[in-house]
Amino acid sequence: MIARPLTAGYSKALITALPPRQTRLTVLKKAVLAAAFAALPSMVQAGAVNVKDWPAVLEKAKGQTVYFHAWGGADRINAYIDWAGAKVKGRYGVTIKHVKVGDTANVVSQIIAEKAAGKEDGGSVDLVWINGENFASLKEKGLLLPMSWAPDLPNYQFADVKGKPTLTTDFTVPTDGLESPWGMAQLSFYYDSAITKEVPKSATALLDWAKAHPGRFAYPKPPDFIGSTFLKQLALELADDPSVLSRPVTEENYKTVSDKLFAYLDALHPYLWREAKAFPDNVSSLKNLLADGEIEIAFTFNPGDASAAIANDELPDTVRSFTFEGGTIGNSHFVAIPFNANAKEGAMVLANFLLSPEAQARKQDPSIWGDPTVLDITSLPNEDKARFDALELGVATLKPEDFGPALPEPHASWMERLEKDWTSHYGVQ
Amino acid sequence: MRFRPLHSAPMLISLLMLGPVLAGLLGALLPTFGWLPVLGGDSLTLEPVRALLATPGLARSIALSLASGLLATLLAMLMVIGLLSAWSGTRLFRWMVRMISPLLSIPHAATALGFAFLLAPSGWIVRMISPELTGWSRPPDWFFPHDPYGLAMIAGLTIKELPFLLLVSLAALPQIEPRRTQNLVRSLGYGPMVGWVHAVWPRLYRQIRLPIFAVIAYASSVVDVALILGPTNPPPLAVQLVRWMSDPNLSMRFLASAGAILQLLVTLAALGIWWGGERMASRLLGCLVQSGLRFQRDEWARRLAASLNVAAVLLMLLSLGGLVLWSFAGFWRFPDAVPVSLSLNTWMRQGPMLMEPLYNAVLIGGLATVVGIVMTLATLEAQSRMGKRSGRSAMVILYLPLIVPQVAFLFGLQLILLTVNASYALWALVFGHLIFTLPYIFLSLSDQWHVLDPRYMQMATALGRSAWAIFWRVRLPMLLRPILTAAAVGFAVSIGQYLPTLLIGGGRWETITTEAVALSAGGNRRLIGVYALMQMLLPFVGFLIATLIPTLFYKDRRGMTPADR
Amino acid sequence: MTNTQTNRMPQEPMMLEEVKIRLAGDCLIHLSLSVAAGEVVTIMGPSGSGKSTLLAYIGGFLPPAFEGEGRVWLDGKDVSSLSAERRHIGILFQDPLLFPHLSVGGNLAFGLTRAVKGRAARKASVCEALEAINMAGFEGRDPETLSGGQKARVALARTLLSQPRALLLDEPFSKLDADLRVRMRHHVFERARSEGLPTLLVTHDEEDARAAQGRIIRLAPNGMVG
Repeated sequence: MIARPLTAGYSKALITALPPRQTRLTVLKKAVLAAAFAALPSMVQAGAVNVKDWPAVLEKAKGQTVYFHAWGGADRINAYIDWAGAKVKGRYGVTIKHVKVGDTANVVSQIIAEKAAGKEDGGSVDLVWINGENFASLKEKGLLLPMSWAPDLPNYQFADVKGKPTLTTDFTVPTDGLESPWGMAQLSFYYDSAITKEVPKSATALLDWAKAHPGRFAYPKPPDFIGSTFLKQLALELADDPSVLSRPVTEENYKTVSDKLFAYLDALHPYLWREAKAFPDNVSSLKNLLADGEIEIAFTFNPGDASAAIANDELPDTVRSFTFEGGTIGNSHFVAIPFNANAKEGAMVLANFLLSPEAQARKQDPSIWGDPTVLDITSLPNEDKARFDALELGVATLKPEDFGPALPEPHASWMERLEKDWTSHYGVQ
Repeated sequence: MRFRPLHSAPMLISLLMLGPVLAGLLGALLPTFGWLPVLGGDSLTLEPVRALLATPGLARSIALSLASGLLATLLAMLMVIGLLSAWSGTRLFRWMVRMISPLLSIPHAATALGFAFLLAPSGWIVRMISPELTGWSRPPDWFFPHDPYGLAMIAGLTIKELPFLLLVSLAALPQIEPRRTQNLVRSLGYGPMVGWVHAVWPRLYRQIRLPIFAVIAYASSVVDVALILGPTNPPPLAVQLVRWMSDPNLSMRFLASAGAILQLLVTLAALGIWWGGERMASRLLGCLVQSGLRFQRDEWARRLAASLNVAAVLLMLLSLGGLVLWSFAGFWRFPDAVPVSLSLNTWMRQGPMLMEPLYNAVLIGGLATVVGIVMTLATLEAQSRMGKRSGRSAMVILYLPLIVPQVAFLFGLQLILLTVNASYALWALVFGHLIFTLPYIFLSLSDQWHVLDPRYMQMATALGRSAWAIFWRVRLPMLLRPILTAAAVGFAVSIGQYLPTLLIGGGRWETITTEAVALSAGGNRRLIGVYALMQMLLPFVGFLIATLIPTLFYKDRRGMTPADR
Repeated sequence: MTNTQTNRMPQEPMMLEEVKIRLAGDCLIHLSLSVAAGEVVTIMGPSGSGKSTLLAYIGGFLPPAFEGEGRVWLDGKDVSSLSAERRHIGILFQDPLLFPHLSVGGNLAFGLTRAVKGRAARKASVCEALEAINMAGFEGRDPETLSGGQKARVALARTLLSQPRALLLDEPFSKLDADLRVRMRHHVFERARSEGLPTLLVTHDEEDARAAQGRIIRLAPNGMVG
């Protein structure tokens, strides 16, 4: 701890620079107070981060330990975070601890609990991997660092804000600089080409395919993230006017959309895996079901998933990807700093590194992770551009040009209604 | 009167257990009635309760929780009765006993995962016989895990609880002298099984009643096993409630709290139903005694008991074997009986990452065990010295954390610990683990303690030794084996804790179990295999040490070897 | 005999003065008695008459369910308010109760009074004690490997090594077979007399009482002196 000697020096300087009216006593009191605060470094720092002064941020970050709470369900992602941690430690002297969480909601719980207990600083979460509803909740309850910090990160200049509107609007909620972009996601489907010869390229085609192959398609049970996304995809595709979904839900527009959606699901369910009497839990169970040959078509949000699973021996190397012709839902994922983070500067340094061309290119490498970049590659200096050009996509990864248009996420109010109605329709069998 | 610190131990230990549970429950009770200011709940309302009652399928969820709690316990108990009454002292019995301690150390989630993989339509058994016997080149569409009646879940819980109940029964039996009693009843013309049920069971049951209650409470509120094997539409209540707890929409936390309170009521109802069942069963048994029926031909029942028990152990072993195989598997496609290739890849990649979680688990588990043992010994010694039984009834409080579902009070407890600024510290985490290890340590040790012939202590006193000298030189050495076994049990319980480690440790303390659960979210069976084995390794080593130390220490002391069963 | 034991021979009798033991308000035992040094007094009575409870009271470990009053005088001092380990009253039960985790030597050393100091001296005392019961060289043996008679003798030797000022015998011969019982009785009474210990024997075996060659007190089923 270097805080104590520094404060002592500071108080001495204060006394010599004493304005004539102030008594020594008050100054002493202040010095004592300052020393007391110095014992709690985070209190001194609270609210005092000026991201525009990046060298100062780097200086403060040095020696900090950042607890990065991120989903830990995939060892290739964990390995990537390890790599990033080692780089950040080497270059900036910031220690990264990856707290592997099974469910981001647990992190949200923890932040709530800290808020409820009045723990306004020294919180346990410094940076959290987040997007969508979890972000919306934290933002709404004021549980994030209350300042726009992300756009001031040096590497934010390369972010493709124009070409990728989801970088600033997370599930229709403006990010307001409260979270820094990390990666892109778009719904894509995959199948085993050794078993399945024909694949459906739209929602209606999917229904026909399911009728022809009963029991060989499944979707995770909403409100699982990917299961809900599937519902949203259907709703967008089936709606006469998809644009109503980007506005808050109203009674009449809800009915037109939901009638079509539930009519479709009523028709689809008898042909689902286990006749829709059971649903997989999440995207991973979906993958296992495909690997075991129980289902023939699965889907994921991460375009690199299937290739990585092949590399991991989890899926056969005959697996290929496809997408719907009318486009699929796309979104972005981010990192955010909670209101009471203990190592705010360190968290920013890590967020900035994750946004760097070097880290982004490595992340997009399917042999590492395969998560698409958030950067505008054309805006990069040549040597950084080359990093991306050198990447080879896996056999089961769609090239960016093969993806249809990325459909925007519907307004969050739609999701709540649809999930609730889904549960009352199918939640009890 | 002189103040004796030791004599306050039973009181202290009860408070230590009671406090966190009550505080935690309060933390769940307030949001149930709308009070959680941080989320904008600053007035009392019945809204969360109403929302809970309006949940579709709630009745089914409750029924599933009740059924899984009661049926799994009943089945496991009947299997234990069958094994003990029909096969005690046989080779089959000795084999079972040898198998159970290692099986006991397999974590619940790992058992469930292995079990699911074994019996699923695309599982190992189907793979072994397909396509040769079945003609299936694709998995059949039968409803195994997640069946709507929860049969898969009940079966999984039954085989997992069987070793536990068997072990506590074995610990209690020597005091009852089952052999002699059973022989006596047989000489009156009763069949061996029914004779055992008449003569031994009622007394044994009294001894293992508390562990049985703990099993009911556990099985009626279990989350991980239910997630892996249980129905999904609707799921059992505990699963539903954890989902609410983890809903991104924070207003669901109110619903979740109401669900937690409902879960507590459901668990209490399960215990109440069991209690009613006890009365009925004892009345039935009374009628049976009156009737004098002998049931001499019980060959079929003996065979049934043997096959059920052997099947349960084999299922566990195969489940485990499946996990081991997965951890070394290359690509493994249906319907191949074994993977195309075996590799050390998964182990090599995970190896370095295992060290810190293993170290943390040993540190936390070790501390929680040592503190738990010291507190248990202090309490028991105090009880012995005060010589009163009054302290013992208060000990029921100790079992509160086993009866009250974890999900019902942990969130509230986390709040309290945060408020006193204690969360994330090692001691807070050890304390959090202690809440769960202490009851088990106490449970496994107190009977053995009270059974030790008091005349040994009187003899030592008469030889002029002080109470403390007797504690150190007579009680401790004579009880070395049960003490170490209790420590191993406590250690195993600590290793298995997921929610307390996560919530109280704030994610700063990665243990092998938090890692295992986080990774199992990814559904990668190879990783699950590796982590389940590592999760099993620590408790196993604990039990091994608990067996080896007394054996080495007392290798020339025949009186110190456990009586041959 | 070792020096320490021959040094101080208790000459005083053990006296029980108005000892009353109650269970749930009922008086089980009401007794006054004086046992001279070297004398063996036998208390006889059917089971349930409270004779073992009487010994527990004298020894200082009356179960809490019972209430006891009255004084126990030993060496001219009232020991009834002392804790059990300070009374210096030796006791022998039906079972030898050798500590199974200690060797034979360990058991004897456990009993040996703290007055004998120094490793060598303590070791020598244990050896002597073993010689005295014809079991020289048995120090390292596991008590579980001894015969019934050997165990009983070790148990007695252990008690005597603690230098008791009185001896309580709670049916110590009842589990021995007939032949051994005769020899053990002789051995125990002989030692008690030679050590000059006031001894109280509780039994329901007439043979025991006869062999003790002392006074016999018979308790009625209700525990009162009959």
